[in-house]
Amino acid sequence: MSAAELGSFRRPKDRLRRRRAVNLCMELLGWLAAALGVALLVILLGSVARRGASQLSLDLFTKSYVPYATTNVSQGLANAFVGSLVVVGIATAMALPFGILVAIYVNEFAPRAVRNGVNFVLDMLNGIPAIVIGVFVYGLIVYGRGQSALAGSFALAVIMLPLVARSTIEVLALVPDSLREAALGIGSPRWRATLGIVVPQALGGILTGATLAVARVAGETAPLLLVDSIVGQGTQWSPRIALQTVPVAIYELSDSPFASDQALAWAAAFVLIVSILLVSLTARWLATRSRRKLVRAAR
Amino acid sequence: MSSTIEHAVRVETKRQPLPPRERLEQVFAIQDLTASYGSKAALKDVSMEVYKNLVTAVIGPSGCGKSTFIRCLNRMNDLVPSFRQTGAIRYHGQDIATKDVDPVAVRRTIGMVFQRPNPFPKSIHDNVAWGLKVLGMKDNLSERVERALTQAALWDEVKDRLKASALGLSGGQQQRLCIARAIAVEPDVVLMDEPASALDPIATQKIEQLLNELKSEYSFVIVTHNMQQAARVADMTAFFSISRGEEGERWGELVEYDETEKIFTAPSDKRTEDYVTGRFG
Repeated sequence: MSAAELGSFRRPKDRLRRRRAVNLCMELLGWLAAALGVALLVILLGSVARRGASQLSLDLFTKSYVPYATTNVSQGLANAFVGSLVVVGIATAMALPFGILVAIYVNEFAPRAVRNGVNFVLDMLNGIPAIVIGVFVYGLIVYGRGQSALAGSFALAVIMLPLVARSTIEVLALVPDSLREAALGIGSPRWRATLGIVVPQALGGILTGATLAVARVAGETAPLLLVDSIVGQGTQWSPRIALQTVPVAIYELSDSPFASDQALAWAAAFVLIVSILLVSLTARWLATRSRRKLVRAAR
Repeated sequence: MSSTIEHAVRVETKRQPLPPRERLEQVFAIQDLTASYGSKAALKDVSMEVYKNLVTAVIGPSGCGKSTFIRCLNRMNDLVPSFRQTGAIRYHGQDIATKDVDPVAVRRTIGMVFQRPNPFPKSIHDNVAWGLKVLGMKDNLSERVERALTQAALWDEVKDRLKASALGLSGGQQQRLCIARAIAVEPDVVLMDEPASALDPIATQKIEQLLNELKSEYSFVIVTHNMQQAARVADMTAFFSISRGEEGERWGELVEYDETEKIFTAPSDKRTEDYVTGRFG
């Protein structure tokens, strides 16, 4: 190729310059958007950490909250942490097996029409505002019987169910059909193939989805305000009575006129954020580990 | 035509002549098998017999329904929601194509090896043992595993690493593991859907040797689009082809079914001759 021909590459100079400018502009915009997203998170975490981390103490986890206590008593939120543990724990126990069973049925056994129908319903359920679920559970359980941690668990379970089911369906769909055929081809019944081959293959992904669902409902406040918020004093474990929970405690204490209460709310918010972060990170770690295991196995 | 004969004779020299067909025991008697996916016909009016302790090859161009056919034999197509079939598939006299026959029971005696090796993501040992456990053949588990792996000519290569993942094996080893897995549960018939198409020539050769050694114990039906492979391993060969209707619809049908030697040296149908001489397909 001669130099004259090469020169033709340089001729549309203006256009090239314009392209470079547009490219730079777009890159800058994209960078700004990403930075803004990260900045929001950093500001949020930073302000909570600044005001909450300093309030952390052993008392926070060991002492229960006493309303209208004299100001020199150091307060704790053990009751709220225990309550959240109980409420979220029971919600998980209700939603996890149910959701996984729904997913197994939908992905492995249901005819296509049923599969599409259930998927649609799960998406609808996923889109229902939490407060509406709270009102529903209020009418179903709380009205006439009073609040209880169980009612709270049930509300949270309703929120968790579509999350768990949808994520499990997606993971099961990733299991190659060749594995199902392999199992069925040697005369295995459908249920043995599902439980022995398909579900173990998808277990890492199922756990990840479940963990993320737990993290999501641990911070849920709206339904709990309606069905599990009028609580007694002291640390209680019984799910039959209403138990204080971390998000509701944050909501109530942040509204208090006392500076010590507000400080507690910040501390609780900090603990909640950090524990959700930890749970999410664990889920991610589980996911990469199971994926790495599969990749290593595939070599 | 002369080139066909020369070529075929070259590969056929070792073959023992088959006894007359009336004296062979029938495993499958297939009658007027017609199959479709939704409104799309895949196979029309296939009638043929499969004989015991023989290797029966199914050859034909892509889309001629050979995979559909072999998957009918152990009800594997039941997994496809839109699949419909009519006609009878008699297995030792009993029609297994009817609704009241449990497909799981069918697949227990009629095993299958697939096109791509599909070992379970488990250890080598567990791959073979899983089916045994599921089917309740738990006595002498390790002996059964060893025997299956030996029959599949894999034992010597894996006996020191039975606990290692099966996914670490080479493609050819994985496919032999799948064969071991299939024969471990002591089926009567083993169906193979292009078992060597994803393998290199050496691995292919090993699989073909296996077929020869194992056919005294099992009956094999093997789909292949490799004609040399059919000529090398099969006693009987069925040639499927694509027919076109007046409105452009296509379906697969059985053109000719005979002893392999006859199919490759003196086919009676022009379409078979065109196919085996490489003029078509």
